[in-house]
Amino acid sequence: MSVENWTYTFVTLTFMIYLYIGWRARVKESSGFYVAGQGVPAIANGAATAADWMSAASFISMAGLISFMGYDGSIYLMGWTGGYVLLALLLAPYLRKFGQYTVPDFVGTRYYSNTARIIAVICAIFVSITYVAGQMRGVGIVFSRFLEVDIAQGVMIGMVIVGFFAVLGGMKGITWTQVAQYFVLIIAFLIPSVALSLKLTGNPIPQIGLVTSDIMPKLNQIQVDLGFAEYTQPFRDKSMLDILFITIALMVGTAGLPHVIVRFYTVRNVRAARYSAFWALLFIAILYTTAPALATFARYNLVESLHGKSMEEIHAMDWAVKWEETKLLQFDDKNGNGVLELTPEAESSEIIIDRDIIVLSTPEVAQLSPWVIALVAAGGLAAALSTAAGLLLVISSSIAHDIYFRLINPHADEKRRVMVGRIMVIVAVVVAGYFGVNPPGFVAQVVAFAFGLAAASFFPVILLGIFDKKANREGAIAGMIVGLSFTLFYIAGTKAHLIFGAEEAWFGNWCFGISAEGIGTVGMLLNFAVALVVSRLTPPPPQEVMDILDELRMPDHVGPAVILDESTE
Amino acid sequence: MEKEEKLDYWRKNVRLIRWLLVVWFVVSLGAGILFVKPLNTFSIGNLPFGFWMAQQGSIFVFVVMIYVYAKMMDKIDRDHHADK
Repeated sequence: MSVENWTYTFVTLTFMIYLYIGWRARVKESSGFYVAGQGVPAIANGAATAADWMSAASFISMAGLISFMGYDGSIYLMGWTGGYVLLALLLAPYLRKFGQYTVPDFVGTRYYSNTARIIAVICAIFVSITYVAGQMRGVGIVFSRFLEVDIAQGVMIGMVIVGFFAVLGGMKGITWTQVAQYFVLIIAFLIPSVALSLKLTGNPIPQIGLVTSDIMPKLNQIQVDLGFAEYTQPFRDKSMLDILFITIALMVGTAGLPHVIVRFYTVRNVRAARYSAFWALLFIAILYTTAPALATFARYNLVESLHGKSMEEIHAMDWAVKWEETKLLQFDDKNGNGVLELTPEAESSEIIIDRDIIVLSTPEVAQLSPWVIALVAAGGLAAALSTAAGLLLVISSSIAHDIYFRLINPHADEKRRVMVGRIMVIVAVVVAGYFGVNPPGFVAQVVAFAFGLAAASFFPVILLGIFDKKANREGAIAGMIVGLSFTLFYIAGTKAHLIFGAEEAWFGNWCFGISAEGIGTVGMLLNFAVALVVSRLTPPPPQEVMDILDELRMPDHVGPAVILDESTE
Repeated sequence: MEKEEKLDYWRKNVRLIRWLLVVWFVVSLGAGILFVKPLNTFSIGNLPFGFWMAQQGSIFVFVVMIYVYAKMMDKIDRDHHADK
């Protein structure tokens, strides 16, 4: 069977599974729709969180990015896993104890303010839309590369699939499809990585092969010979301070992303929330520790097989020809000496390698059967669809639950609430699809917004809301506004040429040379500082909030969980 | 639970969190970034140690840390009869 037929088979098969699960998990009640009835087992929630979290970018682009950045790629590895430690220790157990449906619910109740709730809703929607646009784009790209379907059509197919199980099953439908998607994506990532590791190092476990084999010293030597910096050399293109701030922004942003936080509302109790954070990070770590090994092996292998070869030799390799057709690999003997050479400068380099090729081409480079290539396509789709689904639910619940039910019509009955939720999912799917086909600005830059904003807004107010009894409404609102405005202003200014199409950036990295990706850390610090000071200059929170706080800090059995809407519980 | 005991429970929780956050900081931001250059003079297998901490070691420690937190909290819950 050809690669294309295998891909059609795998993609159709996995989509049928997702649709079946979505149908089985359909719900009627609002608690099922928004928090999966709060009965998801810790380990299942861990797998769902991992799939929710690992996006098309983690699956397709991250290993490639690292392979080009070397040590500097560690920002993604530490940033996107270290955040789970913050989440597990500082946020998840308490938010589960709080037990309501969304992050704005917590912010609005803890800070007894609808203004704070609305700011939180706006942040949640903004963060989720920027993020989901990238996922839809990812779906379109996988379709266009593997099945030669037009990107717009690929996006449409993705929208229909996600829309189906999210509309029917809400959070419950999403949770169980995400569990299935985790297994698809992790198997798809591991099979080629293990094969490549076995081929290059003789050890099937990439994490061990990386340490015991001599691939790294060889790669470092090749890098130096070709005029690059050593692969392992720290701070190649970014300063230590910038690396530090970017890593912190990604960690804190991860802990503050509403679609991740909300997953911890779905488990049975506080204890389950703690263990579920462990399972989530364990499942994520399997991919995140494999990716840097794959990045090293793939770079070594690509340079070894391509550099210094003649055009005829290269065209004798099927995979090189195939990826050349997609323009992800480009060869051009610029100096006409008959040999293709890889150099650090784009102008003189005769081999141009797109970073996405690292993961996508691994199965062919490692000479695996066509069905493995098809599996990687299905894995990329699973990663994109699972993340998109989680984000769509956050957008839907922000409007249907936080705005419609909490602010506009608090007397809405169950049926109406679920219906509004379903309609909002459809609206969100359409918006996400639109941005997927017409990506705003430069998508990768927009993702810096998502993390920066989550770091500068949610993380400080939730953390202070749990650990600082003096934190009050005035402090939280002032903190969020200052943190957000600063972060937005700085990212917009340093990226004006990419975001608004301006002639050039409005200003450089004037804040200690910190780049837009790391500025969320400064925004977070400002938020903390303003919130702490303002809270101490204005009246303390009322007694009811103090009582909620006391309750929040105790594990389950002591007293009832916070009950806000008696009418519906 | 009496007020005193609740306070005691919370203090134990916060102390545990504080220690774990110190570990979190040391293995990632510390070993992986701030001290990566001096640590790179050591090696683990064929890899510079600082580099390994940044791309592998810190992540392993994170996973273990979250497990340790959940286990230790189970014990604190039991001691305060808060596990039922």
